[in-house]
Amino acid sequence: MPKGIAVDKQGRIKERTAMSDTNLLLTITIVVFFVLYLSAIFFLGGGFTKPQNFLNILNNNASLIVLACGMSLVMITGGIDISVGAVTCLVCMTSAVNLEQQGGSILTVILIGLGIGLAFGVVQGFLVAHLGIQPFIISLAGMFFAKGMTTIVSKEPVRVTNEGFLAVKETRIIVPGLGSTNKLGQYVPAYVEVGVVIALLVVALLFCLLRWTKLGRSFYAVGGSSQSANMLGINVRRTRFLAHVLCSLLAGLGGILYFLHVGSGDVANGAGDEMNAIASSIIGGTLLTGGVGNVIGTFFGVLSLNTIKRIVSSLGFDEAWWSNITVAAMLCLFLVVQSVVLLRRNKSK
Amino acid sequence: MTAPVKTPNKRPGESLLRRFTRHQLFIPLAALALLILFNLIADPSFFAVSMKENSLGNPVLSGNIISVLDNASELVILAIGMTLVTASSGGQDISVGAAMAIAGSVILRLVCGGQAAADTLQTPLLLAVLAGILVSMIFGAFNGALVAYFKIQPMVATLILFTAGRSIAAWINNNQLPIINDIVFKYAGTFLPGIPVPTPIFITAFIVLLFWLALKFTNLGLYTQSVGINASSSRLNGLDPKLIKLLTYVILGVCVAVAGFIRVSRSGSINYSRIAENIEMDAILAVALGGNALSGGKFNIYGSILGAYVIQFLTTTLYKYEVPSTALPAYKAVVVILLVVLSAPVVQEKLSSVRKSPAKAAKEVS
Repeated sequence: MPKGIAVDKQGRIKERTAMSDTNLLLTITIVVFFVLYLSAIFFLGGGFTKPQNFLNILNNNASLIVLACGMSLVMITGGIDISVGAVTCLVCMTSAVNLEQQGGSILTVILIGLGIGLAFGVVQGFLVAHLGIQPFIISLAGMFFAKGMTTIVSKEPVRVTNEGFLAVKETRIIVPGLGSTNKLGQYVPAYVEVGVVIALLVVALLFCLLRWTKLGRSFYAVGGSSQSANMLGINVRRTRFLAHVLCSLLAGLGGILYFLHVGSGDVANGAGDEMNAIASSIIGGTLLTGGVGNVIGTFFGVLSLNTIKRIVSSLGFDEAWWSNITVAAMLCLFLVVQSVVLLRRNKSK
Repeated sequence: MTAPVKTPNKRPGESLLRRFTRHQLFIPLAALALLILFNLIADPSFFAVSMKENSLGNPVLSGNIISVLDNASELVILAIGMTLVTASSGGQDISVGAAMAIAGSVILRLVCGGQAAADTLQTPLLLAVLAGILVSMIFGAFNGALVAYFKIQPMVATLILFTAGRSIAAWINNNQLPIINDIVFKYAGTFLPGIPVPTPIFITAFIVLLFWLALKFTNLGLYTQSVGINASSSRLNGLDPKLIKLLTYVILGVCVAVAGFIRVSRSGSINYSRIAENIEMDAILAVALGGNALSGGKFNIYGSILGAYVIQFLTTTLYKYEVPSTALPAYKAVVVILLVVLSAPVVQEKLSSVRKSPAKAAKEVS
């Protein structure tokens, strides 16, 4: 009997399978996040001990979570979409103009967001999947287009005063059991915004999609090796197309959540979010070569990224440049660790 | 070494026209011809070149064509380096804009002697530029090492410097915005005394000449292509793919420093968050427009150079028709999409089958 195969009591062959790459990278990410946050609580204390501070990370980054999950989907199929930040910005601006100048409502905002996302997704997905153009170039053009269109819609920042919208924006969902007492001895309940609930729902849905549906599994198959996937009878083009449509659709949704959080349209909205989304995905264990990744990891990637930002600023490095340099250093560390881990595994095989 | 193969294999019975349309330089040349044609019809005065006096009272050439050639300088230099990196590693360096900010910041800090403003050069110009090139090479080596030795995809590896670069540039100067008023510093970005042609054009020509010589008389081109086409078989042939990848990134570092120097030399100051913004995108587009595969391997450096000029030509044309600079990207995007769709293999096949079918039908009839 070959080594490495054990037999259990009933005589069935139990293969000692190594952890898959996806799970290994996911484990690293989750461990790193908890180590980061716990050490922040122990060594820095202060704000980190309050649950509300943790919830604020979620409140501020609901849209980034959605964007990063969409990015992970595309990255798993071996593509990339760098237009998501600009699409977010376009959705915010169009929604703001619609609410303020055209008498729109929350419903039209949702329609606009998803519509813009869908339009970008269909065009980019078609060009990438059916014409075989590199996704980087196509989404680059998409990013340029969205950026330009945003300033054509409005150059000036638009502040929203629509009451129906503000009511949704100010809705706070109380999280039971996490409140704290303030200096005056009053009990302040902990809360999350509506966007966070939607973002968490998206993460859960995508997790199920990737784990248990045929489409989800074919994303991994196409990313791992499109030739083998083709031989297995998977429609590679359709899979790639759908990945891009989903990513842009999620970018549209991310735009709505961003808009819901800031409540205004501005040319600077969502600037650099495509890079934050890619960084979160990578920290979460998604490989750009495709075939490896997980949205739960991406979720923790977003949290880790923002935890480290907070740690740096609470250490007294307040200047804006420190935050960027730390994010880059963290990205560098993760990339090197991942690369070393994967290289060693591949060698030992 | 032979020059990079430009024409695809000749096929018997292929007409001259078809061979021309299949040529790698067809797309950028056609785009350039279209732009020229458009400008000729819309307003022939676009091509007028006149002598004007600049702010120092020197007679200098001015006109849209001069401005295209002048403003494309940084892009052309970057596109050359980017082509090599693309060919060897099959990926693009997205940190060039941020690295330009770093190089510019280093040079400005040295010439200003660490002060917020200086009227004379505090460090010899040559020394400052060499320091900028050295720093840029180190960052290039950092990117290259991540790509070559840690096997990280180029776009992701350079994402690190893309995120941190502008912050590092600000940090080098303690977030000050140094201004140098010495006219000597501005020679490289504006005009040399007594010469009516902008200096960046000469610098670009010099760099292009340098690379032409390097490709003609060294194995740089051959080695880069063979590593890009198949790294493991070039290793079996005695090349060191890792070292060659690293080398291309270091070469790009030199290009970045030169481009950064030209950019800061134009104004004598720097704005960390805005300097060379989005130039990485333009440089990658130039490589793609030049008909180079973004997945690496064979390359044609002249295609990229032409691509860079086409992009600048387009930008200048759009500015002339008073497209606001903020809306410019939208128009650019449409043009880019049209170009890549036309050059996509699937579309090309369809087009050629359309062209073929009437001929086939004629044969069958006879």
